[in-house]
Amino acid sequence: MNGVHDLGGMQDMGPVQAEKNEPVFHEPWQGRAFAFTRAMGAWGKWNLDAVRFQREQIAPVDYFRMSYYERWVVALVELMLKNRMVTHAELESGKPGPGSAKLTPPLTAEKAQILAAKGVPASRDVAVAARFHAGERVRARNINPVGHTRLVRYARGKIGTIHMDHGVFLFPDTNALFLGEKPQHVYSVRFTARELWGEQAAPQDSVYIDMWDDYLEEA
Amino acid sequence: MTTTRRDFLTAAVTAAGAAVTPDLARVQEHDHDHDHQAVPSDPALRVKALESLLVEKGLVDRSALDALIDTYEHKVGPRNGARVVARAWTDPAYKQRLLTNSDAAIAELGYGGLQGEHMVVVENTPKIHNLVVCTLCSCYPWPVLGLPPVWYKSAAYRSRAVIDPRGVLHEFGLELGDDVEVRIWDSTAELRYLVLPERPAGTEKMSEQELAALVTRDSMVGVGKVTTETEKVRA
Repeated sequence: MNGVHDLGGMQDMGPVQAEKNEPVFHEPWQGRAFAFTRAMGAWGKWNLDAVRFQREQIAPVDYFRMSYYERWVVALVELMLKNRMVTHAELESGKPGPGSAKLTPPLTAEKAQILAAKGVPASRDVAVAARFHAGERVRARNINPVGHTRLVRYARGKIGTIHMDHGVFLFPDTNALFLGEKPQHVYSVRFTARELWGEQAAPQDSVYIDMWDDYLEEA
Repeated sequence: MTTTRRDFLTAAVTAAGAAVTPDLARVQEHDHDHDHQAVPSDPALRVKALESLLVEKGLVDRSALDALIDTYEHKVGPRNGARVVARAWTDPAYKQRLLTNSDAAIAELGYGGLQGEHMVVVENTPKIHNLVVCTLCSCYPWPVLGLPPVWYKSAAYRSRAVIDPRGVLHEFGLELGDDVEVRIWDSTAELRYLVLPERPAGTEKMSEQELAALVTRDSMVGVGKVTTETEKVRA
């Protein structure tokens, strides 16, 4: 989806404002929002790509107005509603609906630590042929899917060189929509800054973008 | 359709039993002349109400939330990455493993896991400067750097790091000459990038531990360099 989350190359967002000695969470609620978003993921009702897609669907005006963890909360609530894990009435009253059984959370304190330490690999150990190889010229396809994609707008139609093959990973465009993992190779593709931005860019600079096989065509 | 912020505010205020009516909450959201001191900020209220609901329904376990927060506030952070960098500076064989098989080399020091499942380490040299960004969201190597700072997640950084890297670096106080090649790594997939900064001159006699204390988070994202005058490490 050509949404406002796809920010690469925009120029009117102001200077970067770094804060010294920044805390991990500025306010306690941010930590709580971070933690329960992660904990709800443990139910296995959605995946990371679906979460990203949900956040991308926040209306542009709200996307920029909201702080980072507010976006997390809004997207989480949408996912819980879609999966009938909470109801609008419950959100309004703050109380479990009549007759709703008390569940047992899948994520305990012990499992939370295991989750953090082990992670959730997105690589897939399946034999899939690589269509491209290091050193080959490729073109990022000019596609404009309305669903989720990780093909950044600023690289579409541009020519790059395969820098390396990272191996086989699940494909976010289908995974986000629960249409299957469609495992395929992910490559690091090098684009010169001038290919992306023209003469104003430094001739020696380049941008390396990770791209799935389906995002690329021969050039 | 996205539920609006006002819906949440209303729900959260009601649920939290706060001494404001939803009508008042609406007024306050749209009229910022009101004194906000009287009530907690609305995300705080919303989140508190939502957590209570999720706990009451048995959807989340509070001790698991506490454990996750504790992990990322106290156990996982840029000190981990600094140890990796210092080891690479002092042990050439380790550095080689780190650059060629990053996951395994980082795991040697006991680090790995969520948002660091597939690591790539890129080395800065006098002629190559690496810079890491996620233009689409906020991808960041948690096991070695912790959760990302606000600036990394900001629209300003995400938008300009790829089109104006030298301008962004200038804002961080870093000037690069024309003889330096800038390589920007846009974390669009599940690979997570760590910059191996240059070891500063004059540190030949320092121990691995002393070196680790010099390494900043910013240098491992590529928006800073490591110097011996590094002020107290951030974050």
